[in-house]
Amino acid sequence: MKYVRFLFIGILFGIILSKSEAISWYRIYEMFKFQSFHMYGIIGTAVFTSMILMFLFKRQYIKDYLGNPITPKTKDKHYVKTLVGGTIFGLGWALAGSCPAPIFVLIGNGVFSILIVLFGAIIGAFIYGLLSNKLPK
Amino acid sequence: MDILLQPWPWYVSGPLISLILFLFFYYGKSFGVSSNLETMCTIAGADKLSDYFKKDWKERDWALVFLVGLIIGGFISSSFLTTNGIDSINPETVKELETLGFSYQQNSYVPDELFSLDAILSIKGFSLLLIAGILIGFGTRYADGCTSGHAITGLSNLQLPSLVAVIGFFIGGLIMIWLLFPLIFG
Repeated sequence: MKYVRFLFIGILFGIILSKSEAISWYRIYEMFKFQSFHMYGIIGTAVFTSMILMFLFKRQYIKDYLGNPITPKTKDKHYVKTLVGGTIFGLGWALAGSCPAPIFVLIGNGVFSILIVLFGAIIGAFIYGLLSNKLPK
Repeated sequence: MDILLQPWPWYVSGPLISLILFLFFYYGKSFGVSSNLETMCTIAGADKLSDYFKKDWKERDWALVFLVGLIIGGFISSSFLTTNGIDSINPETVKELETLGFSYQQNSYVPDELFSLDAILSIKGFSLLLIAGILIGFGTRYADGCTSGHAITGLSNLQLPSLVAVIGFFIGGLIMIWLLFPLIFG
């Protein structure tokens, strides 16, 4: 029961991603064709308002629910893996029209064929795990 | 209520996504989705095949609850909040999709040409979705994040690796749409 808050956060995020149409295959295609501002507007405003939050976290104007300071993790400075991995993800994002969170939201929207994409994504993560120490960073 | 039933504009949706990021951090977690794919591998028994997956998945069980929430949220949206339909996309995009063999379906999030039962029962259709999934799973884990972890969390936290990752997302996406789509569907 202690996780019920994460259930509600998930429900809220699922509704937001559906109603914003960020889960739409067509919206992703349109974005990569530069034929609509919609997705850029969503990501842009999300990043902008999150920047303000990050500032408030770092200055400790906002603390977590236990009163501890919030320190967002820094990402490892590996640029080969982020560029190559990012490009591989981009290929899949454009083809399926869906990144990891929308896969689950689409299941709820009754798009059950997205389960094939989910199955593939788990296989993909598995292949990465097998090869992780052999791949360049 | 009527406002809820309309498609939500980008300037409402974007700030609401950062509300989700806020809730994650407020409850002591980091905002990201793709690491759950690894957790699922561990649960499926991948820890027996590779040390990479030897992690205690129970430390991330809260995130699996979040995923269940995503599914329920999608269900609530489609059942109760989408009665006024989905916005149509740019007519120019619709025309271009038609030349690739996609007939645009207003009020659907995904095209039948890739996601209908007929499509996934063909070898080409099934393979395309499976390959797309493998690219998503492999790519996000290699890059150490997806749209939420890198594009939203990383960029807003001014992380240079995240900027590089997002540039990668677009290189891959543009290659797929501009170069590979005409070959696959043309």
